[in-house]
Order: sequence, then structure tokens, then C-alpha cells
Amino acid sequence: MTAVKVSTKINGDAVDFVCEPDETLLDVLRNRLGLTGAKEGCSTGDCGACSVTIDGRLTCSCLVLGAEAEGHDIGTIEGMAKGEKLHPLQKKFLEHAALQCGICTPGFLVAAKALLDHNPRPTETEVRFALAGNLCRCTGYDKIVRAVMDTAAEMRRA
Amino acid sequence: MRYESPTTLQAASQLLAKEKGSAYVLAGGTDLLVRLRTGFIEPDLIVDIKRIAGTRTIAKTATGFKIGAAVTGAELGENAALKKAWPGVVEAANLIGSKQVQGRATMTGNLCNASPAADSVPALVAAGAKAVISGPKGKRTIPVEAVPVGPGKTALKKGEIIEALVLPKRPPRSGDAYLRFIPRTEMDIAVVGVGVSLTLDAKGVVKDARVALGAVAPTVLLVPAAAKAIIGTKLDAKALDALAAACSAACKPIDDKRGTKDYRIKVAGVLAKRAAKIAAQRAGGK
Amino acid sequence: MPLDNTESQTRKFKVVGTRPIRPDGIDKVTGRARFGADAVAPGMLIGRILRSPHAHAKIKSIDASKALKLEGVKAVVTRDDFPDKTDGDAALYDVLYNVMAREKALYEGHAVAAVAATSASVARQALKLIKVDYEVLPHVTDVDEAMKPSAPVLHAKIFTDGVEPKPKKASNVVRRYEFGHGDVDAGFKKADVIVEQSFKTEATHQGYIEPHACLANVGTDGQGELWVCTQGHFMVRDTCARLLGMDMSKLRVTASEIGGGFGGKTTVFIEPVALALSRKANRPVKVVMSRDEVFKATGPTSSSSIDVKIGCTRDGRIVAGDATLRYQGGAFAGSPVEFGAMTAFAQYDLDNVRAIGYDVVCNRPKQAAYRAPGAPMANFAIESVIEELAHKVGMEPIDFRIKNAAREGTKSSYGPVYGPIGLLATLQKAREHPHFRAPLGKNQGRGMACGFWFNFGGQSCVTLNIGVDGTVGVVTGSPDIGGSRASMCLMTAEELGIPYEKVRSVVTDTGSLGYNDVTDGSRTTFATGMACILAARDAIKKLCARAAQIWGIPEDAVTWDAGFAKPAGGNAGNFPPMSLKEIAAQAASTGGPIAGHHEYSADGAGVSFATHICDSEVDPETGFTKILRYTVLQDAGKAVHPSYVEGQFQGGAVQGIGWALNEEYIYGKDGRLQNAGFLDYRIPVCSDLPMIDTVILEIPNPGHPYGVRGVGETSIVPPLAAVANSVSAAVGVRMCETPISPPKLLAALDRKSGMKKAAE
Repeated sequence: MTAVKVSTKINGDAVDFVCEPDETLLDVLRNRLGLTGAKEGCSTGDCGACSVTIDGRLTCSCLVLGAEAEGHDIGTIEGMAKGEKLHPLQKKFLEHAALQCGICTPGFLVAAKALLDHNPRPTETEVRFALAGNLCRCTGYDKIVRAVMDTAAEMRRA
Repeated sequence: MRYESPTTLQAASQLLAKEKGSAYVLAGGTDLLVRLRTGFIEPDLIVDIKRIAGTRTIAKTATGFKIGAAVTGAELGENAALKKAWPGVVEAANLIGSKQVQGRATMTGNLCNASPAADSVPALVAAGAKAVISGPKGKRTIPVEAVPVGPGKTALKKGEIIEALVLPKRPPRSGDAYLRFIPRTEMDIAVVGVGVSLTLDAKGVVKDARVALGAVAPTVLLVPAAAKAIIGTKLDAKALDALAAACSAACKPIDDKRGTKDYRIKVAGVLAKRAAKIAAQRAGGK
Repeated sequence: MPLDNTESQTRKFKVVGTRPIRPDGIDKVTGRARFGADAVAPGMLIGRILRSPHAHAKIKSIDASKALKLEGVKAVVTRDDFPDKTDGDAALYDVLYNVMAREKALYEGHAVAAVAATSASVARQALKLIKVDYEVLPHVTDVDEAMKPSAPVLHAKIFTDGVEPKPKKASNVVRRYEFGHGDVDAGFKKADVIVEQSFKTEATHQGYIEPHACLANVGTDGQGELWVCTQGHFMVRDTCARLLGMDMSKLRVTASEIGGGFGGKTTVFIEPVALALSRKANRPVKVVMSRDEVFKATGPTSSSSIDVKIGCTRDGRIVAGDATLRYQGGAFAGSPVEFGAMTAFAQYDLDNVRAIGYDVVCNRPKQAAYRAPGAPMANFAIESVIEELAHKVGMEPIDFRIKNAAREGTKSSYGPVYGPIGLLATLQKAREHPHFRAPLGKNQGRGMACGFWFNFGGQSCVTLNIGVDGTVGVVTGSPDIGGSRASMCLMTAEELGIPYEKVRSVVTDTGSLGYNDVTDGSRTTFATGMACILAARDAIKKLCARAAQIWGIPEDAVTWDAGFAKPAGGNAGNFPPMSLKEIAAQAASTGGPIAGHHEYSADGAGVSFATHICDSEVDPETGFTKILRYTVLQDAGKAVHPSYVEGQFQGGAVQGIGWALNEEYIYGKDGRLQNAGFLDYRIPVCSDLPMIDTVILEIPNPGHPYGVRGVGETSIVPPLAAVANSVSAAVGVRMCETPISPPKLLAALDRKSGMKKAAE
């Protein structure tokens, strides 16, 4: 296979990498760039643990080739906090105990942020359907939904 | 495997036509990458069409809408004019997978993947959508129902790509709807899918209709008998029962891990009734 | 050990019972936490496993010569690389056989060979080059079919245990169990109403989002390191060392953060293979399972076939309960039917009770524990029949259960007499709960069920080190699968009398601490928690001794109070109290580092009972079931960190709801799994569910200093019946099989309306 050279932006930083044509963006993030926050839960786009944003659009990175990242802005969990400052979602997830094992948490945070960036006043139903592509086996989703709704309310007050 | 990302349709066509090995078109990739990862396919060439001008735009024209092949479900859902004219088509596209999948998946890809259970296809067929195909020998336009010829097989010849889907101009008092049955509330492949598009006359009588069924045959079924059952009616109980019966009769389903034959036959009728009512409501009926 | 059981009832806790942020929280919300697949090592190879495509086949030969010649392939292992070192340990032999097939492949997905190569794509190609000569054999995947005399027999050495006379012919029935007391036949003679029903449940998978993953690094000196996501890294060490002929002390296993286990990561699958590959290649080898492999080749739970008969008198008093349970545990012995038989009637006070269980093998992957193993299926059957009985005698199901509920002093159906238990409390609380009274609409129904799980003690070691700045490090060996590190810190802080923020808990590797049993059996907060408390008390003794030394008074003249050493009385001396921080600062000059220890096998685990209430709505035209409202009421003994107790209640309930409605292993006639992915193995998604309301009851367990009961498992036990009972109430059909999927429910509704039409 002829390797592909890709120039992209990840969490605002310019990044160049080389990858095989059949490597996914998830493979590249985890194995070439050391960004292991995105997780491989299924490799079929069914669990959302690999969620990232591409130009602000929520996506499963396991369903994107590394080569397709050329010229785009990739957002991962590692870029969610700004320096020391956690994103309100990250704080609320901790306060609400919205995680148990934590493997799905990066995916949920990226997905929830994508939701709130587009819709700052989601109803509980809207939150649940927006997060339906993220599987959690530990929490039963209750505290996750509460954390997201609480964050939305707090962000609106701010 | 080689990855190419041409910037013109002709270049893409050429690449596909010339390839001696196996070549695949990549738009959203939500089906292609799964098949790649599971080893189901071993492509020699992948042609990414997202950098071709026009494939990512939704254009409102005098004759309807032209939707580029790489337009995602999420983008469809954000187009107010399209949602107003074709709420059924848009909701069908936005039932595919999850928000993550909708951020990438395209209706064209959904159509060309040729799964019997594709969600957007019954809605597109009911809408009377057409596929604009670009190939080495020029362009041709065919009804979308002619594209899938069997599970995983399309009518596209070597070197041909669908560049856009076109939806016809909408007469007044028209509405469409897509319903599917899945065992959960999201994420599942449709066990049965029904697309209904109809136009009412000034008195609220169905003037025109198209009814399409998904997941109940090797390809999507356009069911003229179902349309006939409701044309000329106000969707009273008798007409709806006839609609349901026509749909159930047209089904040629299988037993599989997602549903039984009997279940699909029954639920096709149930959903057809419900979809017709929603379409009528959207058309301005009661 | 005898513990003062009045302590937990009168003690006012300062930090236990609060809801602080967990110590590993920041790592988990920033992506910094490292799970099984997140480790890398220089020179690392990728390991991949070749798996049988056949459900049952003799492996005549394996030829890996072409694979070995492929550039980038550094090692290949097969059964020849796993000589039998199990020394007559039958259970360990089964693990060995499961890790790498020997004479036969016993299920689709059974490991047959493995390669280590310089990249994933080379490894993939190499697997294709390994030639395996199979002789396909007939297979069986259904538990009842596997018990028939005509069934293909998996193991020539299985002759059913526990039956008289012992069979002369080998079969797939490993063992017969029996529990109970009294005389069920006599009991049934007294019954005014009897309900007899058979039930089937299909196999489900724990469904953890993180596939198994490990990184093995073995040197030519027989020393090795293993990074692995597991519920028990000491178990991994000991098992792998034995299988590979390594000294246990030479294998250092580190438990990564774990992305879910629920019992499925309490054994080994890929770890011995990774170690064998690494040893052969003399390079680190990383093995990560694909989701497909997880479903096919890890440890789903049993499918079951259960017959239940329960009789009561007209006033609603149960006179006899009898159940026969048949569970298949996959290709090797050890389904949890024994637990199923033990727990089936555990929630009732019965004079006459019998539960018989059969452990059956068939051509499926070897089962592993799944949250209260064996109990949900049995509970589904019994609690469904209880509901039917209640209706037949015209009693409210909750009142029927209250009338027959086990209480302190009841002889349980599995033998022991109950101490203080919370079942009645949960039932009475359920009755008062607003959910119980909420109005229901058309096609909506309410169901309930009670469930039980015993909790285990087991071995735990804790070392507690006091830093010279007064902060405390608690070192444990129990992988944290649900937030237990926070609870360890809470209990330690409580005991020492210092703020929670001054305590940090880590889970250390096998080289740094004594043996710890697997994190399972809802044991961590109970057993490792108690070890933290006792290690803290050990440290307190030493802190007091240092204070005594500093003050020049006898050791027994010093007491500990809310974080301070104090003279015991006026006679001891007029010294101002010394804080832990002040004592610690002087450690070097008063005798050196100050630490507390506890190593033991814990006794006194308490059982945890729960009552669940479920409202559902059924679409009678499609059979779709929507869960409208769900409430869990469960006895936690003492909730150390209430948020994580609630989390256990909610998570287990949702797994049970998935089991009830949509989750199942679907096998084709060819014995191959048809739904080995999250698309068609349907676990609940966020939009499927309402909020899961929780009520924590606290009836203290006298066996723990704070009254703690393990809570993690009970919550998966009642949902199957709670959901089935609510569906029955909603649309009047009794579903006796899980999952209650729409096609099955609609067919049942059609049969019912068909019968109604015929009757009219």
C-alpha cells in the first residue's frame, strides 16, 4: 500500500501524519498520534465510544479513513478542557457521578458537547435521542442525562 | 489498497472505469468502512467523491431539489426548505443510525449500498426521486427504484457514479412520511419501512399517491395497488384497511434475526396506515 | 470476626454517606485514563487469534508454515505451545482448553492458533495463511436438545454427577444439584391454587463497551509483565503462571482501568496467548479483541429452560414451591445453575421448597459470570408465577409477596437462616412510593418483582501509608469497576478522622501487594472496604504509639478521636491533642514510616434484597414495549457513597431491562452466532429508557463495621420478571420467554385475540 500524507488540525493544533490508506481516523488518533481518549468499542459505528467532531460535526472516527481528515478540523476529548479549565460538561459528569467505568465517557462528552453547541435548550427526550448513538452499559443513562440537562441549564444561566 | 480523492466527476468516473481490481465509491463511508473493517471487502481502490464540486450542495431548482451525492443526513435536516417540502424524505435519512452516523451518511450511499432495509429508499421512491448518473458514456437519469437490483447490487455500470438525487417539484397540498419498525427506539436496521407520499385536492380527497415498502423484499417495493387503495378517498377506515391489505399482500419478506415473515407482513400494513395519516396531516388534511 | 453490631446503627458518620468527586474522575473525563488497549511498548508486536468457523469439529492438523514465512510474522502459537501443566486440576484444564483448542474446536470462535506480527494487517494476512484441517462434527446449541440421549456429546469424560445410579454413558449433563427443605409433594396436597409454568431465557452477554485487551512482555529469563483490563489481576497472574509454567512471583500483572466487566472479565481468554506469543517472539505483544470476537469467544451467560410449580392456600400463603432449572454453560462445565437453584426461592419464607438444577454443556462459548450469575433467569420464572398466583387468589401482588416474604429468622431456600434483612422494608417502602399509586392509561401496565443476591467476602489486602505531610495513600488490589476507589477513601477518611481529600486510593500491581480475590460477588466495598477500615485501625494503633512515645506516656494511655491522638484521661497527662499530620511529620525520628496493614479472608458478607416496580406500555399493533417508569428499592446496609450505590441500582436494572426486551444470542442452524455485534445484539440505548428512580434502604449488615452490604449484583435480578409482569398487566399476555421481542409479543397478542374471536 502507498502511504498517504495528511495535513489536518486536531483540537486547534496543526498536525501532519502519514498513514496507510485503510487506516481509520480512530487508528490514526490512537496508534499514531497517542490520542487514546477515543476508544474502539465495536468498529462498526454502533457504540459511539470513538466519537469525535469533524468541522464541528459529530462523527464516529471508526467510520472515517485517516486520509479523509485532510484539510479538516478534528475535535477530540483531549481538546475539550481549555488548559486547567474543564468544560462545564466534564464538571457536571463528575458531580452527577455520570460515569462508572468511564470507557464511554469521552464519547458521551464529545456527543453532548456537539448537542449543546447546536441546541442549548434540549428537552430530556432530545438529549436521549441525541445520545442514542453512545452506548453505556454501566449507568443506565440516568445520571448522564441529568448531567447534560444540568449543564445546559447552567450554561444558559452563565 | 489505494485512496484517491478526485475533484471532478470525470476524473472519478475514469478512475472507476479504468480500475482492473475492485473499486468502491466513498461518500459518507458508514457502510463502506464497516465492510472494510470486517474483511468483507478488500478494495484495490477507494474513490472519495467529497471533493467534487456540487456533491455537497442542496440546490432548490425550478423543477424541485437537486441533492448532491455527498450531502449528509445532518445537512438535509438543517435545510429548512427541503424539510418543508419533503419532511418524509428528511426524516427517513435522519433515522439512519445515530447522530454520529447522520453526520456522515448520505442518501445516495444508502441507495447504492442496496440493502433491502435501507431507510431513505422507501421515502425516496414514494417521493418519485430520480438518480442522476454520470459515467464514461455521459449522463443518464433513472427513477431511484431502478437503482437497487438485489441485495448489495445496483444497476450502475462500471465507471458510473450517482452525482445527485433529484426530487420533483411539489404540488400544493402535498405531504410525505416515513415510518419504520425497529425493536428499540434508535440504532436498529428497519424490520419494516414504509414511505408514503400523497397530494390532496381542495376537498381533502387523495388525488395522487405513491407507497413504497422497505425490508420486506430483496429490493424496495413500489406498490401501485396500495396507492390505488387510497386515491379518491379521504383516508377513511375502509380505505386505510385496503391500504394495509395491499401492502401486506405485496410483501415478499424473509424470516431473519430481525423479524419473522408474518411479523413483517402484518406490521407493513399497520405502518402504512399510520404513515398515510401523517402524510395527509402534513398535506393539510385533518 | 466478631464485630460489634450496634456500632453501625448508632454511629454518626462524618464522610461516609456523602457524595464527593471520585479520585480517578479527572482522568476519566479528559481521556487521560488508560484502559486495556491504551498501553504501548517499544518494539511491540500485534497479536491476533485464528478462530474456528465450526461449532464442533475435530482439529486434525494445523500447518502454520506459510504464515511463519510471511515477512513481519515473529511468532505463531498453537495447542502445541500449551502443554498441560494443570496437574489434575479439572477446572484449570477447562480454562486451558478454552484458551486454545486442543483435540476439538468446541464452538464457533474457539481459538485455534495465534500470530504475533509487526502490524495488524500483517497479522491478519498471516492468519489467512494458517491451514487448519477440520473434521466437522454434528453440533448442539440448545440446552434441552443437548440433554437428549441423541445429542452430540462434547466430552467423552462427562458422566452426570449427582444422580443415582451414576450413568454409564457419557452425556452433556455435567451435574445435578438439589436444594430445599420440607416435603413439596405434601405441601402441594394442601394447596387450593397451583400454578405450573415453563420458561426459557436466551443467552445474553455482559456487553461491556471495552473489548478484552492486554499487552504482554516476557523476557528470556522467565520474567514477564502483563498490562490487562481485568476484574482480578491476581487471578490473571496465578492462572497464566500455572498455564505457562512460570513462577507466579516472576509475572507482574498490572490492572489497567477497566471499561466494564460485570463478571465477564473474571477469567482469562487472550492473556495466556499474549504471554505465550511474547515469550516465543521475545518482544512485547499486544492483543485486543474485536467486538465480533467478544461476542463469539468470551463468556456470555447461560441460556435456560425452567419449570416452576408453586401452590398456595386461598388466603395467599404459599405451601410449596418446586423448580427444575436446566442451564447450558457453553462447551465446558460450570454454568451458574447451582446459584440459580439456590436463589430461585430465596425471597420467600417457605416450609416446603425444592430447586433442582442441571449443568449442561453444548457447543457455545464457555460461559462466564454475569452479575448475579444464574439468578435473573430463575427469578424471571418464579416471580412470574408468583404474580399469576396472586391474581388467581385475588390478592394484590405486593400484598402476596409481603405475606410470604422472607425475614430475619427465616430458613432460606438454600440453607442458612437469615439474619437482619431488608426485603420487607423494600416491599413496604414500595407500597408507599408514589410510583405505586401513579395512574395508568390504555395498554399500560404495572409489574413488580423481588430479587436477592448473596455477597461474598473473600481475600483482600490493604496497605495504608501515612505521608509525612499527613496525607494518606491507600493501596488496594481490587480493580475499580464502578467507582470503589472513592468508597475506599471515604471509609479510610472516616476511620482516621481526616478529610476525604487527604486520602488517595490506588489499585496496585501483583508485585506490590498480597493476593486479592477478583472484584466480583459485590465484594469490594464490603471486603476491601472493611480491610481499609481495619488497616486504618492498625495505623491508628501505631499513630497512638508514636504520640505516646512523644509524650512519654504508656501506649494504652492514648486514644484516637476524630483525627487526633489524645491522652486517655486526666491521669495520662495534660497534652494538647496531636493531629495525624503532626505525628506523621515526626515519623523519621520516632521510629520510621507509619503504615497500617490488613490481610484476610473476609467473613460476614450480608445479602441484599430489592423490590423493583416497572410500568410499561405495549403497542398492541406492533408488540413494541416502552418502559414508562422504573423504580429500584434496594437494601444497601450502609451506602458509603450514595451516588455510586444509585449507579449500581440503575445500571443493573437497565441490563435486566435489555435482557427482558431485546437481548439474545441468535444461532443459525449451522451453530454460528448471527448477531455478534452491537447492531443486532441490542442493548438498551439512551432513548429507550426513562429515568431510573432509586430508593436506598439501610438495614445494617452486622458483619461489617459500617453495616455495608454489597449492592452491585442484586439489581439485575428482578427486572426480567418486573418487565414481564408489567407487559402481562398491560395487554393480558403472559410471556414465558426472554427476550419479549416485538415479533414474539405480537404473535402472542394475535393468538389471544384469535382465541377470543373463536370463543365469541
